[in-house]
Amino acid sequence: MADKIDIDSLASAFGKWSNSVESKLSKNPERKKEFLNASGIPVHRLYTPVHTQGLDYLTDVGFPGAYPFTRGVQPTMYRGRHWTMRQYAGFGNAEESNRRYKFLLEQGQTGLSVAFDLPTQIGYDSDHDMAMGEVGKVGVAISSLRDMETLFDGIPLDQVSTSMTINSPAAVLLAMYLAVAEKQGVSPEQLRGTIQNDILKEYSSRGTYIFPPKPSMRIVTDIFAFCSEKVPQWNSISISGYHIREAGSTAVQEIAFTLANGIAYVEAALQAGLDIDAFGPRISFFFNAHLDFFEEVAKYRAARCLWANIMKERFKAKDPRSMMIRFHTQTAGCTLTAQQPKNNIVRVAFQALAAVLGGTQSLHTNSMDEALCLPSEEAVQVALRSQQIIAYETGVSDTVDPIGGSYYVEELTHEIYDRAEAYIKKIDEMGGAAAAIEKGFVQREIQDSAYHYQREIERGERVVVGLNRFHVQEEKPKGLLRVDPAVRLSQIEKLKKLKSQRDQRLVTGALSELKNAAEGKDNLMGPILRAVRAYATLGEICDTLRQVFGEYRQVNTLGR
Amino acid sequence: MSVEKKIRVLAAKPGLDGHDRGIKVVASALMDAGMEVIYTGLRQTPRQIVEAAVQEDVDVIALSILSGAHDYLFPKVMELLKEKGVQDILVIGGGIIPDEDVPALKACGIAEIFGPGTNTQDIVGFIKAGLRR
Repeated sequence: MADKIDIDSLASAFGKWSNSVESKLSKNPERKKEFLNASGIPVHRLYTPVHTQGLDYLTDVGFPGAYPFTRGVQPTMYRGRHWTMRQYAGFGNAEESNRRYKFLLEQGQTGLSVAFDLPTQIGYDSDHDMAMGEVGKVGVAISSLRDMETLFDGIPLDQVSTSMTINSPAAVLLAMYLAVAEKQGVSPEQLRGTIQNDILKEYSSRGTYIFPPKPSMRIVTDIFAFCSEKVPQWNSISISGYHIREAGSTAVQEIAFTLANGIAYVEAALQAGLDIDAFGPRISFFFNAHLDFFEEVAKYRAARCLWANIMKERFKAKDPRSMMIRFHTQTAGCTLTAQQPKNNIVRVAFQALAAVLGGTQSLHTNSMDEALCLPSEEAVQVALRSQQIIAYETGVSDTVDPIGGSYYVEELTHEIYDRAEAYIKKIDEMGGAAAAIEKGFVQREIQDSAYHYQREIERGERVVVGLNRFHVQEEKPKGLLRVDPAVRLSQIEKLKKLKSQRDQRLVTGALSELKNAAEGKDNLMGPILRAVRAYATLGEICDTLRQVFGEYRQVNTLGR
Repeated sequence: MSVEKKIRVLAAKPGLDGHDRGIKVVASALMDAGMEVIYTGLRQTPRQIVEAAVQEDVDVIALSILSGAHDYLFPKVMELLKEKGVQDILVIGGGIIPDEDVPALKACGIAEIFGPGTNTQDIVGFIKAGLRR
């Protein structure tokens, strides 16, 4: 970069220094012949202005709040306001989860994040056969508007922002949220929050798909259109690298596959006739915070710069807000160990710090016990406190992008950018993200990285403290949080009661209107809202759509 | 015996859980160890798994669940195997499974449970030893 240094004389001095170090290596060898990070990027002994000389400060790095946003999306970043502290939570029934949300808000959490159970995420009511054993396990069971009313009971929706991890049935849960707000007297314009609504990564990495890609993409763009008109402060998608990384990808692949999915959504929306600057500003992202500290910081910076470039150059966005990656971060669940679980507190703290130094807009810190079970209240509290310590005690939030200008991080940012861009080019040549997933390319890349990572651990080349080094004999953990299996039975009772109390004609009418809309081209949000208000259940609504759209079957990518 | 018959494994994901990193890593390790692996893909009912196991004539079923539904789905698979009169398939399980749940799972016939941090070579060794018995 533009340091006032004569690069030639510096390069020659650096060469001399390197030679003198290398001449002594036989006596004082380094720990490894070659240092590679988990993305396979070589890590050099030292970084100097020689390494960043190809970068132009104004075009590649720039100022925070301005294109290409490498240093952050707001000009003052955390000097204005800290990131939103948002712990993903939900389990059992709506009553229990409502209590957990109130606990978290009392502890100083600043936003809600709803975890739904698997039946809800796959569009089954709690009384469905496929729901056996899964009700309330990984999140809260929501089968109808009635459950949603209970979930947000006593939580004024004009005063919190709420993120909902919901994809295939995102339209239905968003409609339920709008209907609860309506009952609280809160208008859609006042609502702030996010629905994940990112179906492509469900096919490649997370697995809660229902419908085939084509109708799924239509639902996604229907939500874009509806939100940009009616719910202007709502993030209509959260394009997620988190699960791609958890499934085993490298940092470079996380960025590449996420932004490739982003390109597919933008293209679908443009094809549906939407204006890039109408929905562009409401696109948000979700990334992982893994262990390699500097690589993670560089990853967020590279992602910002690359997306800004894609939106500006490829899609000709004009509004700078369309070019910004605003993102949520969650620390890497897959790095937590079941062995010596308290060590996870330290892992999570470092990962959270990387996310903050990378300029995240909101953050979930994992609980130490998550390799064992759902987080206990005490574990969640420590996790939240870790964020508060970073925010209020460490001073890292007092200046914008404090790590910017590190020769290493700037060079690594550039390297990740280039490697991710090369992947995106490859995916473009395959016909885009949907086609690359359909061919199994993305899945194979991810599973190969996962296997490589595991092999490194098993060969002892990658040290996991407490697992393959520094292990101890430990007591079996006690007092783990468990979901009461009676949750399913009480859900079934609630559904019976609901179905006997509601106006069945209204439900039938709304569902048949929805079916017509699905067969035609009308935006699905209107009919879904009317069905939800009539207390049609999630399962009934999704079954109606299943009849029209069919169901997706996974591509098998195992075996050579 | 001139040529040793390859061990056949059904790698299966019962229930709605979408976490398949673990089962795919294990499947790759078993293949590298010379076994034949048939992977069911996501969202299999216990009945589908048992039918596939019988049809494919496997020696081993490897079940994986990270959603907490193992307490219902693992015993269900064992129950259906019994119903079919299948006794010679070695069934193992893995995922996020609390230690305190393990005795009940073993009591219904699951040979071993492999939790987070397991070395895949331990699974290979367990299968080879289990089938020799």
